[in-house]
Parts: sequence; structure tokens; C-alpha cells
Amino acid sequence: MDPAKELEGIKKQLEEIKDGSRNKLSMIVFSGDLDRLLAAFIIATGSVAMGLEVVMFFTFWATPALRDKKKKAKGKDIFGKMFGFMLPRGTRKVKLSKMNMGGMGTAMMKYLMKKKSIASLEEMLDLAAELGVKIYICDMSMGLMGFKQEEMIDYPGVEFVGVAKFLEEAGNSKIQLFL
Amino acid sequence: MSDEINVNVKMDLKGLACPLPVVKVSQQVKKMKVGEVLEAETTDPGAHADFPAWAKSSGNEILKTVKEEKSTKFYIKKLK
Repeated sequence: MDPAKELEGIKKQLEEIKDGSRNKLSMIVFSGDLDRLLAAFIIATGSVAMGLEVVMFFTFWATPALRDKKKKAKGKDIFGKMFGFMLPRGTRKVKLSKMNMGGMGTAMMKYLMKKKSIASLEEMLDLAAELGVKIYICDMSMGLMGFKQEEMIDYPGVEFVGVAKFLEEAGNSKIQLFL
Repeated sequence: MSDEINVNVKMDLKGLACPLPVVKVSQQVKKMKVGEVLEAETTDPGAHADFPAWAKSSGNEILKTVKEEKSTKFYIKKLK
């Protein structure tokens, strides 16, 4: 075997590994709180600006934030109906983790954000879609809470996946976050 | 003057808050040709740290930063 050729091959492989892990950010979005979701989307869209590919994996309490308020799913059992009723239907319904004060705090925060031209969660979601941020939704959370795919938002390229898919992405990422 | 900057594109980002200025600038620069200069005017105080950080990691150059009364103008040259 030609050592020069072999070295060239190893160099190429190394370059590929470096490239693969240099340009991606993988994020687990666990929280369904307005403040944390906002932070998640600010980091996600900012990362695209910084030249990173971004993958967001929505699980547990973050899952209902991606429901479409106009869509309804039929054929749920009693628990599914209960979760469906009690958890927020979409980004407009999520609340602050602190100082919610029966919704007053959240309303005040939204008012202030508008006044200071800070993008709302809805605008951030649109921006993320425009920038090509990839969204995965945890299939297990969906099943657990009785959500169906037909009641989730129409986000370009949204996929319903398991933990292995996230880990595959995370393994190739430079930055991994849990929010 | 010799340090006169030839601006190709101007962007008004006044009033926009994090992360929008840096997101919009990065999108705009993507559309421009190498060597062209973008003038981005912003009122976001975070931009003073964000724009240089963005320029460094994206491999572009901030030629000049001009502080005005209520805003700041960044002159960004696309290097690649």
C-alpha cells in the first residue's frame, strides 16, 4: 500500500469529521414556558446567522407549543382529551415560567416585547422556518400526551422522531443544548 | 478623503432587537458579492458585541463603526 495515498485518505476523513461537527447545533427543547421557548428560538435563529445548521428536538412540555390552534384531531381516548384540553394549544397559549400571575404577567411581558420591538414567539417560529431551522418532534411525547400528527403546525420539513435520531444529529454537532 | 467607504447596500435595522439585526445582516451578506460593502444601521446595543463576533466567525470584516446620536452604523465588507 502506498503510504502517501493512505495519508491523503486519512487527511480527507479527518477533514470530513471536522466539517461534520463544526457546523451544527442540536438543541433539546423540553420546556413549554414562553421565556424558555423564546430563548430557544433566539439561539436557534442566531446560530443560523453564525453559519450553523440548527436542529431543534421538541419533547415533553415543549410539544404542545407546536400544536396548531386551528387543527383538531379526532379519536382520542379520555387521557388524550384531558391532555389536549389542559395543555396549551400552540405558541400563543404558552406562559411565563415566572411571574405569570394568572396570565397577567405573560400579557404584560408580551405587551412590553411588542413595545420594544422584540420578536414574538410566533414571529420567531416563522423566522426559524424561513432560515431553515430543522424541527423534530418527539414521537414518544406525542403518544404519551395523546397528540396526533394532524393537529401539529405545518412547519417545513417537520419530522416525528425518536431519541436515536436526535443523538445522531447531536453526535455531529459542535454545540448541544438542553432547554 | 482616502478612507471614504464605497457602500453597495444600505440596511435600516433601527428598532430591531436581538437576534434580528445579526440574522438580517447575515442573510443580506449572503446575497452580496465578495468585496461589496454593507452599511447596517442599528439601535440595538447588543450589536456592538454581536456584529464583530458574527464577522469573526463568518470570516467577514467590519471596516468601520460610526456612532451617531441614536444609532450606530456598521460598515461590513464581504470577504467570502
